[in-house]
Amino acid sequence: MTLGILLLNPLLSPSYGLIVWTLLAFLIVLFLLKKFAWKPILKSLAEREESIQNAIDEAKKTRDEMASLKSDNEKILIQAKTERDNILKEAREIKEKMIAEAKDRASKEAEKLVASARENIHNEKMKAITELKNQVAVLSIEIAEKILKQELTDKDKQRAIVKNLLDEIKMN
Amino acid sequence: MYSFARDSRNLKEFMIKRLRIFTLLSFISGFILVPEISFSQEKDSTGAVKKEEGFDAGKFIIDHVTDKYEWHIMGSHEDPVSIPLPLILYSKKNGLDIFLSSNFHHGKEAYNGYALNHEGHIEREDGASFYDFSITKAVTTLLLVSIIVLLLFISVAKSYTRRAGQAPKGFQSLIEPFILFVRDDIAKQSIGEKHYKKFLPLLLTQFFFIWVANTIGLIPSFPGVMGNISVTFTLAAIVLIITLLIGNKHYWQHIFWMPGVPAWVKISLLTPIEIIGVFQRPFVLMIRIFANIAAGHIVILSFICLIFVFSAKGDAAGWGFSPVSMIFALFMNAMELLVAFLQAFVFTLLTALYIGSCLEEPHHAEEHHK
Repeated sequence: MTLGILLLNPLLSPSYGLIVWTLLAFLIVLFLLKKFAWKPILKSLAEREESIQNAIDEAKKTRDEMASLKSDNEKILIQAKTERDNILKEAREIKEKMIAEAKDRASKEAEKLVASARENIHNEKMKAITELKNQVAVLSIEIAEKILKQELTDKDKQRAIVKNLLDEIKMN
Repeated sequence: MYSFARDSRNLKEFMIKRLRIFTLLSFISGFILVPEISFSQEKDSTGAVKKEEGFDAGKFIIDHVTDKYEWHIMGSHEDPVSIPLPLILYSKKNGLDIFLSSNFHHGKEAYNGYALNHEGHIEREDGASFYDFSITKAVTTLLLVSIIVLLLFISVAKSYTRRAGQAPKGFQSLIEPFILFVRDDIAKQSIGEKHYKKFLPLLLTQFFFIWVANTIGLIPSFPGVMGNISVTFTLAAIVLIITLLIGNKHYWQHIFWMPGVPAWVKISLLTPIEIIGVFQRPFVLMIRIFANIAAGHIVILSFICLIFVFSAKGDAAGWGFSPVSMIFALFMNAMELLVAFLQAFVFTLLTALYIGSCLEEPHHAEEHHK
């Protein structure tokens, strides 16, 4: 009853002619738009989004690469620095070692020289001493000879000497 | 009796003055409607076709929101300025009849055994049944909407293919946010990543078809086709058929035999409610858009009619009230512009939600019920 009244209202009574036309119009529009509008539009939208996404990804990748490159550079730089430091240190060490060695060798040589000089001096000294001794002995004999010759020329003196000698023997 | 002729002239002058103040929107509605009513009043005063004293706003409004066999522009119903529309009628006796509605001479004459009754419906003089597939005002508007939508989007599609890989430009960049809106915020959200692509053409077509139809309906003398129950019935029926066809096992199981609920509850309560729900959802879809658009048009027309309701009480009342009326009509027109978009959005969103519910995968619900 209520439904009947509602349907009698000109606003609420559907007309099949309009339904058929609406259906036809909408389906045709749907079909044509699907084929000629939505398909290319959605496709190009998706393509564009994809290309934008790709560009963003690419940029991010490049940025990462740059960052890694930079850190690599830094690493290399640090490596080079430490290497340089090492080389410098080594060089310094070698230098010191060389200097030390040279000094060592020089002092040894000097010592050797000094030692041989000392030995020479010693030898020369001993030789001189020996010569001196010999000459002293010769001189003493000569002196003794001369003294004896002198002493024995006088009879009295000979007697005195003999007597002295005898006295000495007697005392013994 | 005062002179209606002078009244109408004054009214016209007054209208023209006011036009400078108000926007184009109310300008058009005022311009189209006012002469029409003044004409009919003039006719009344001369006594040529005198029917009733005063102005019947209800009849006038209903006359404007229902479908017609001719495109009425201005003038009285008996002698209007109107565009005749083609009638397509079929009866078993007469066969197919195609002729222009002008052959009826606005209901004064019969043609080929058909005649217009005083309510504006076609009847056969012998009372026999017939089929009516006439290109009415609503059908004309629908065809116009279809052509506009087709031209619009096929040209947009062309600019997409022509400018492939480039940034959108011109009209393309105006439309693109809406396409993306339907795709990302309606389809993807409601249907889900897996299935949404298949339904995008339907949802996009629905959205723009309804939006364009609603917006065109705001142009005075154009009918709000989405305020016609036959049109919304058809659109909702399409949604119903789609949901019936695509529903998966999980969806039907939940309608006919909800798991985890005692059998007697299912038989006595749940299953009947769910079965009603299947039809109720598209039904609500049909009513919502119909009621919104029809009501919007009725309200705007009511505000316009108020001028003539008041002017029937006296010149001053009519003049005095017309600015108020126009402000309200302007406000309503602006709001209808928003409603035009909103109803297109709501219809599309709900369609997407129904489709989404039909395709829902069982993994969430199953755990829930066990």
